[in-house]
Amino acid sequence: MSNRDSRHEALGLTDAQVVAMYEMMQLARRYDERGQLLQRAGKINFHISGITQEPSQVAMAFAMNTETDWFLPYYRDYGLVLSVGMTVKELMLSVFAKEEDPNSAGRQMPGHFGCRRLRIVTGSSPVTTQVPHAVGLALAAKMRGEPSVSIVSFGDGSSNQGDFHEGCNFAGVQKLPVIFVCQNNGYAISVPFSKQSAGRIADRAIGYGFPGFRVDGNDPLEVYRVVKEARERAVAGEGPTLIEIMTYRVTAHSTSDNDLAYRTKDEVDHHRAKDAIPMLRDYLTGLGLWSDDREDELKQRQRAIIDEGQAYAEKASFQSPEDSVRYVYAEEEGGR
Amino acid sequence: MPIIEYIDAIRLAMKEEMERDPEVFVLGEDVGLKGGVFGTTKGLQQQFGESRALDTPLAESAIAGVAIGAAMAGMKPIAEMQYSDFMFPATNQIISEAAKIRYRSNNDWSCPVVIRAPIGGGVFGGLYHSQCPESVFFGTPGLKIVAPATAYDAKGLLKAAIRDPDPVLFFENKKCYRLVSDEVPDEDYIVPIGQSRVMREGSDLTVIGYSLPLHFAMQAAEELAREEGVEAHIIDLRTLQPLDRDGILAAAAKTGKVIIVHEDNKTGGVGAEVAAMIAEELLYELDAPIRRVCGPDVPAMPINPPGEKHFLLNKEKLKAAMLEMARY
Amino acid sequence: MAKQIVEIVMPQLAESLVNATIDRWLKEPGDQLEMYEPICELITDKVNADLPATVEGKLVKILAGEGEVVDVGAPICLVEIDQEAGGDTPQAAPESAGSAEAPSVSAAASSAGAGAVSKPAATAQPYPAAVFDPNAPMRARYSPAVQRIAAEQQIDLTQVAGTGLGGRITRKDVELAAQARQSGRGHPVHAPAASAAPAQPPEPPRIPVVEVDEGNAAPGREYAIDVTPIRKTIAKNMRQSMNEIPHAWTMVEVDLTNLVQLRNRLKDDFKKSEGINLTYMPFLLKAVVGAIKEYPLMNSLWTEDKIIVKRDINLSLAVGTEDSVVTPVIRNADQKTITGLAHEINSLARKTREGKLKLADMQGGTFTVNNTGTFGSILSYPIINYPQAAILTLEAIVKRPVVIGDMIGIRSMVNLCLSFDHRILDGIICGRFHQKVKEILESFGPDTKLY
Repeated sequence: MSNRDSRHEALGLTDAQVVAMYEMMQLARRYDERGQLLQRAGKINFHISGITQEPSQVAMAFAMNTETDWFLPYYRDYGLVLSVGMTVKELMLSVFAKEEDPNSAGRQMPGHFGCRRLRIVTGSSPVTTQVPHAVGLALAAKMRGEPSVSIVSFGDGSSNQGDFHEGCNFAGVQKLPVIFVCQNNGYAISVPFSKQSAGRIADRAIGYGFPGFRVDGNDPLEVYRVVKEARERAVAGEGPTLIEIMTYRVTAHSTSDNDLAYRTKDEVDHHRAKDAIPMLRDYLTGLGLWSDDREDELKQRQRAIIDEGQAYAEKASFQSPEDSVRYVYAEEEGGR
Repeated sequence: MPIIEYIDAIRLAMKEEMERDPEVFVLGEDVGLKGGVFGTTKGLQQQFGESRALDTPLAESAIAGVAIGAAMAGMKPIAEMQYSDFMFPATNQIISEAAKIRYRSNNDWSCPVVIRAPIGGGVFGGLYHSQCPESVFFGTPGLKIVAPATAYDAKGLLKAAIRDPDPVLFFENKKCYRLVSDEVPDEDYIVPIGQSRVMREGSDLTVIGYSLPLHFAMQAAEELAREEGVEAHIIDLRTLQPLDRDGILAAAAKTGKVIIVHEDNKTGGVGAEVAAMIAEELLYELDAPIRRVCGPDVPAMPINPPGEKHFLLNKEKLKAAMLEMARY
Repeated sequence: MAKQIVEIVMPQLAESLVNATIDRWLKEPGDQLEMYEPICELITDKVNADLPATVEGKLVKILAGEGEVVDVGAPICLVEIDQEAGGDTPQAAPESAGSAEAPSVSAAASSAGAGAVSKPAATAQPYPAAVFDPNAPMRARYSPAVQRIAAEQQIDLTQVAGTGLGGRITRKDVELAAQARQSGRGHPVHAPAASAAPAQPPEPPRIPVVEVDEGNAAPGREYAIDVTPIRKTIAKNMRQSMNEIPHAWTMVEVDLTNLVQLRNRLKDDFKKSEGINLTYMPFLLKAVVGAIKEYPLMNSLWTEDKIIVKRDINLSLAVGTEDSVVTPVIRNADQKTITGLAHEINSLARKTREGKLKLADMQGGTFTVNNTGTFGSILSYPIINYPQAAILTLEAIVKRPVVIGDMIGIRSMVNLCLSFDHRILDGIICGRFHQKVKEILESFGPDTKLY
């Protein structure tokens, strides 16, 4: 099959891997949609959605090494966390705020990811604080001589916080192995990018002494390529990279946001039509790697995963009030 | 036993911990080549290399945030804020992040970072080189806060802080750097975080405080004993968070007459919490209203000498307050 | 031009520095100094610098040599200058307020080794002597610690001298008083026993100071009981009453047969509907009130040149507890029915047992009644409840053979004993009062209404 027009092979991805990427995007999409439903149905209090951003998040994750790298997602990164190993069941436990939730035992709002086992660093609500953290993790890796790269993602609004600039500058001066990924989806709640910045985010990297790239978020294979190269640079000791993924937020900022107050339905529909999932499906089908039957089977399988995850989470118990005051400080003597 | 200066005790603590554990390192502005604007980190870069005594860009939020990230990776960073007056850009990282990492991840992640910052006035530094910002961070669960008054405690507490699995704010008094010297053992020792210390036994009144003003209280106590026959019981909190509740209550109950001293502004200072704790638990031991002798409620002290003197606590102010309390 | 000698002192070259070392002198004694001319080189941990002269004149003496470490603010040389017009002695170096005043505290700061605590020297002066001034402004300001210790140790704070501000009793004062008491001696300072009362009573006799001699008495042959505050109060009142009031005493017999029958008939229903027991006391009180209305002088008090007759009839009821007796008051007893009186009696007795009597419950009594019959007495000689005029007891009701007409019958008989203040009352009026009470009591029968 070597005379196919196969972009993924040129990037070093196997057929199995690119199919896996597609399936993961669908899983993220379906999970996200279910989250919306649950919130509107009153079963959960809050859901924050990233629909049409999943393909680039999955691509980003596939370009990294889940054994050695550090992942610092932001609150829409379902595609990323599912790709590095979090399960739908675990995400459901998080939205239902149950004790078994690995992110925070139901203490934090959904979308505040964290799981040491998967090397996902715990996050918070004040945006962009994770950027200097990623730099610190990269600094530790460099000091220890480990081949580890940190990848941190944040939105276009967050890229204007002081922490973004301080973190980039620090990483640039010290040439640290960190990849800064700005998922520019055009809005920070209601404020459009034109009011957020007068320049291009990718251009800021020059000021900090490292390269910056803009990439089309609806082309996941391109995102994969750019992130992979950035990772190679980092591992080679060449320092950080800033990647600005151009994408769009088709859903409102969160389930508490009425987005038609600040944009038109036409605009949303226009961008929804550029969704990468159907395009990738076509690509795979064209290469003989996918089919309608497989699509149906996937839908059923993933629906079952989501249903099972939801049912499990609904039945699971909350952390007891007595336990809810634990872990302000370390409990064991000499503990971590 | 050698007698060393407070500033050297701090430097030795860092040096010894860096020798003991390769994951310990220092970062901050001017800490590397220059050895710190006060000389606190002098010699460390020469001994341990550039990356372990790291000169950072001028960016407090990044200094704290990067340290927090490295701590989450399991290293033991000591982040220096050049003056506590300048640490406020790092407040978000300290309060929103460091303090909450363990709790928000349900013990999955932790943050064993130390953040050192010099506090206190008396150096003609004016409003922005003299502040005592302990009360800004006090009351944030998840943080530990220490403020040593002696060289012995400075070394022991900094070592304890570096070894502590949780974030510790280490407030060192810049006036004490060279003004205070005392006996410090050569051998390895720590001062446990969360324990106060009785500096002086007495039965006529109790003084509770932290950092530089305690030295004035000790001088005043010595004079009061000689001149008036008044014996003051003085305890050094040493740790501001968590407060040594048992130590505080025992000291207050000993005499029933309590004066709390600190250089930080009176309103909303750590002394207010100590007073509330005593009032809540020891009403029937109290023989007099609890009094706080602190800095006045102005943003900070001016540089003009009479203004600075008016703000600062000194032996005379404390002596007068202590005598009045003893006679009440 | 007159000359004067001034000092040049060590300046503070940088913040946090407390001293500096003189590396090299650039001038010698005898040299002329110009303003701002460097006079010596200084070395510190942070910076090295030349020290500029801040006066013009002749260097006369060097006080600190090369290599010497000099504290900030200490003089390093003397310069002879022309005397200033205003006679001011210029300070050569800027005043360093903070550091100049605080010498190195290494001496004063105690050794910080583990466990080493600076021990206080022996006290040079004793505590201020205790002076008892009942009018001292802070005398009555008892702190929580003082109140607690006084309660625990049963110290009467009115007897303790205060050494605190404004005569305040301090915790130490009470602790000392407790210690003194425990060692058996009397209070170190005596307070006058009585405060000024309206009638200016004479001083009661002093309590003799008792030495508890442990040596002579065989152990176990005697034991001491602490005098409680309430026992003290009772003692005081009884003493005063006996001292001042010339007591006279009289008694009548009353036939309560009809009342007994009435009560037996009503008591069960009464208990059901009122929830309390129906005793003889409400009836007695009703009778007393009725009799007082006819002979109001019984409800008065003596004030040397006036007898104050009280219109309100507030009956003090003697209620005994295990170790004391108190006399709570039923106010305006004349306005209550028998049932109302029964409730009042019950309520006061209950409050007494539960220790819930308030001061208001105890004040304003004008005449006292005591049911001594409850402990079996048939005859009592009651002590008047100072400063009232009289006290009446109801003794035990006993069935006795009695002559009625010319026949013998078995009747329920009870004695009523009355002590009265012979300054106010005489036999005749008391007799009449007594008879009235008897009359009313004997009138209670099957037609009596309780409401």
